Amino acid sequence: MTLGDSIHKPLSDMEVSIEANRCLYCYDAPCMAACPTHIDVASFINNIATGNMKGSAHDILLANPMGASCARVCPTDELCEGACVYHADDTPIRIGDLQRYSIDWVMRTGTKLFTAGKPTGKSVAIVGGGPAGLSAARDLRLLGHAVTIFEAHTQLGGLNTYGIVPFRLSTEVALWEAQQVVDLGVDVRTGVRIGEDLSVASLLSEYDALVLACGMGGVPPLGLPGEELAGVWDALDFIERAKTGGEIPDLGNHVAVIGAGNTAIDALTCAKRMGSDHVTMYYRRGESEMTAYEFEYTFAKQEGIEFRFFCLPVGFHGTNNHVREAEFVRTEVRDGSVMRIAGSEFREPVSAVIRAIGQSRLVQTLQAFGIDSDGGVVRVDDALQTTRPGVFAAGDCIYEKGSREAMVVEAAQQGKTVAQSVHTHLLTGAAHG
Amino acid sequence: MANLASSLAGITSPNPFWLASAPPTNSGYQVLRAFEAGWGGVVWKTLGTPITNVSSRFAGFDYKQHRMVGMNNIELITDRPLQDNLLEIRACKKAFPDRAIVASLMEVCEQKAWHELVKRVQEEAIDGFELNFGCPHGMSERGMGAAVGQHPDLIAQVTEWVKEVARVPVIVKLTPNITDIREPARAARLGGADAVSMINTINSLMGVDLGTWNPIPNVDGMSSHGGYCGPAVKPIALNMVNCCARDSGVNLPISGIGGVETWQDAVEFLVLGATNVQVCTAVMHHGFRIIDQLISGLNGYLDERGIASVTGIIGAASSKVTTWENLNLNYAIVAQIDQETCIHCSKCYIACEDAAHQCIDRTIVDGVAMLRIDQDHCVGCNLCMMVCPVDNCIEMLAVDNGLPAESWKQRVERNT
Repeated sequence: MTLGDSIHKPLSDMEVSIEANRCLYCYDAPCMAACPTHIDVASFINNIATGNMKGSAHDILLANPMGASCARVCPTDELCEGACVYHADDTPIRIGDLQRYSIDWVMRTGTKLFTAGKPTGKSVAIVGGGPAGLSAARDLRLLGHAVTIFEAHTQLGGLNTYGIVPFRLSTEVALWEAQQVVDLGVDVRTGVRIGEDLSVASLLSEYDALVLACGMGGVPPLGLPGEELAGVWDALDFIERAKTGGEIPDLGNHVAVIGAGNTAIDALTCAKRMGSDHVTMYYRRGESEMTAYEFEYTFAKQEGIEFRFFCLPVGFHGTNNHVREAEFVRTEVRDGSVMRIAGSEFREPVSAVIRAIGQSRLVQTLQAFGIDSDGGVVRVDDALQTTRPGVFAAGDCIYEKGSREAMVVEAAQQGKTVAQSVHTHLLTGAAHG
Repeated sequence: MANLASSLAGITSPNPFWLASAPPTNSGYQVLRAFEAGWGGVVWKTLGTPITNVSSRFAGFDYKQHRMVGMNNIELITDRPLQDNLLEIRACKKAFPDRAIVASLMEVCEQKAWHELVKRVQEEAIDGFELNFGCPHGMSERGMGAAVGQHPDLIAQVTEWVKEVARVPVIVKLTPNITDIREPARAARLGGADAVSMINTINSLMGVDLGTWNPIPNVDGMSSHGGYCGPAVKPIALNMVNCCARDSGVNLPISGIGGVETWQDAVEFLVLGATNVQVCTAVMHHGFRIIDQLISGLNGYLDERGIASVTGIIGAASSKVTTWENLNLNYAIVAQIDQETCIHCSKCYIACEDAAHQCIDRTIVDGVAMLRIDQDHCVGCNLCMMVCPVDNCIEMLAVDNGLPAESWKQRVERNT
C-alpha cells in the first residue's frame, strides 16, 4: 500500500443501487440528528435511489459545504451510521459511501448547485481557509455578502489539504471542495499571515465583520532532552510534507510515534506506508484511554502498526546530531493520573520520532485581535461571537478539549452557524469596536 | 409426505402445479425440461393459425431493487406450425405419461374452424383443452382472445361448439378485463365448460422511457397495451378466483392463475377455491427450478398441519370472504408496538400522522424516538403494522369491548 492508495474504494453503481434502496427512509431520521450539520440523509439517499443525483447532492452540500471531505473522513460509525436504525444489527446503511457517490457525481459532471446571493454591500474577512472558514465563506456568499479569505498557506483547505493523510483524503478532493466555494465569488489571499503581512487594525477597518477560523498551531514540543535532534518530527509537519511531496529524509526502519490520537494514527500509518518496517506507537496510558476512534485504531492494526502502552518518553539520544535511541519510563495510571514506575527506564533504538500530542494554540494571533481566550481557546458566545463585537470565530480555534469534537464536520457546522450570526449582525447594523 | 396428486375436472397430475400457456410452454424442448424439473402439468402455448410476433415484446415493472414485480407482454399465440407443435406434444406425453398436457386453443368465432382445430389436436393424447378467451392484446383486435372473453354470449357459444366435438375436458380461460368476472364464468358453464381458469393478463401500459418518450416495450418507437401479470396481480386474481368459487351460477372447478411464485401463493389460491394453480411469470424470472420450492414448501405446510392430501385445503377459506355488509362492526383491534424490537425508524408514526388517524405518540427520550400507540383512539386500520420494517414488531390486538357481533346488514334490519 502506498500513500496514494485510498482506504475506501468508491461504491459501484450496483452497490449504490442496492444500498440506497435498502435505506428505510426513516421519518425525522436518527442519522440526520446525529450529523453535526444535520444533512437530511434519508432525503439524499431517497434522491439517489430515485435517480435524482442533483437533488441528492443539493441535500448534502446545502447542509454541509464540506460534504466531499466529510464523506471520506467523518467518523461515520460515531455519527450518522452509528445512529442508523440498522446499526443494532451491524448492518447500518453505508451513508458515508453513498454521500461520496453523490458528491463524486458533482465532481465528475461539474454540476453547479449554488449561486451567490444578491449583493448586500457588506464585506466580511475570514482568517483561515480551512473547513470552518470555507464553510462560513460559502454561506456568506449565498447570503450575498462580499467575502475575502486570508490564508497563511499557499493553498486553501486547511488540514484537509495539509493535515489529513492522502490515503484518507486526497489533495485533489480537498482543493476541489475549496474551489466550489471560491467559484461563488470569494476573494482569496493566500500566503498572508495576519499580524505579520497584514495588520489586524487594517482588517478591522476595512471589513464590516471578521471571522476567525485560523485553527491551531503545530504540535508543541515535548520539552525533553534530545528533542532538537534531526529525525524528531512534528506530526503535522511530517504529514504535510508527505502529502505535498515535501522533503522527508529517510525515516529508517524504527519509527516511534508519541501520542494516541487520530493524528498519531495518521502519522503511524503514513510512516508505515512510506516503507518503514517497524512503526510503533508509544502512549503513556492504556489502550482504553486512547483518544483515536475505534475504527482508526483497527485500521492502524490492520496496517501493521505496533503498540506500546504505559510508556512515557523521557529523552532522546543521538549520534551525529541524529536521533538513535528513545528513552522511556514505564507508567501506571492511578486515579486517572499517570505515575512513573521508578527504575523502569528503558531505551529503544529509533531511526525517527514523530510527536503527535495535540496542537499548540495561536495565542499571539488571538491577542493581536484583542479577543479573550482561555489558554488559547477563543471565548465565544452561542452565536460564536468573540468578546469583541463583530469578530466571530469558528473551527479548531474554538475547539476546547472535551467539549467539542475537532472534526471536519463540526468545523463545517460552526462555519454555517457563524455565517448566520455574521449575517444577523450585519443586518442589524451593529458595528464592531 | 402429503399426497399432492391433483385432479381438475378429471385431468390428473402428480401435483397441482401447472405451467400456464405462455412462453415457457412454447416448445417440446421446454416442456420436457419442465417435466424433468417436476412440474405436474402444462398448458401448451396457444395453438391456432401461426402468427408473426414483434420485437421487443416484454416489459418489467420493477420496485426499487426488486425486478419484475409486474410484467407485461405483447407476444401473441404460437408462431410455429400446428403440425410441429402436435409432434412435440406427442413426444412429451410419451416421455411423461403421468403429467397433464392441456392444449390451449384460439380460433376465429366460427363453428367450423373450432371443430377442425379441436378434432385435429385431440388426435394426440392430450388431457384437456383450455380455450383462450383471455389474451388482451393483438389477437383481440382480430376478434379472438379477450374479444371473446368480454362477451358472455360468445363464450357460451364457442364453448358449446368445442364441447360438441371434444372428447377431453374443456377449461375456459377468462380475461380479467371485464366488470364482473362471474358473468363470463357463468357463461362458460352455460356453454358446457368442465372448468374455468383465471386470470389471464390485465390490460396495461408499462411505462415510458423518459429520455426518448418511447413507450415500453418499444417496437420501433411505438408500443401497444399489453397483458400484465406477475406477483403484483395476485390480489386481483385471488379476488376473481374467490368470486367464482363462491358463485352458485359458476359452480365449476377453477384453475388459479396470477402471480403465483411461492408455495404460499399457491396455498392462498387453493384455500380460496382454486383446485390447482398455473404459473408463468415466476418461471420467466427464475426458471423451471422453482418447482422444487413449490412442491417441498406445500408438502411441509400440509404435513405440519396434518393434512393428508392437497385436495383437503381446496376452498377451505372460501366462505370466509363475504360482502362488506356482513362484516362485524363491533370487532375491535388496536395496534401495539413491541418496544423490545422497535428500531425507532418512525415510519409508523408518519404514516399514521399523515395518512391515518394520528394515533401514535412520538417522544424523543435520550435522543431516541419512542413510539407508542394511543390505543384509546386507534381504529385498528393496520397501516402502522404494514409500514413497519420489523417483522412482528407491531401487532394488532383484539379488544374486548363487550359488544355483541353485529353487521351493517343486521344493524339496518334492527333499526327498521
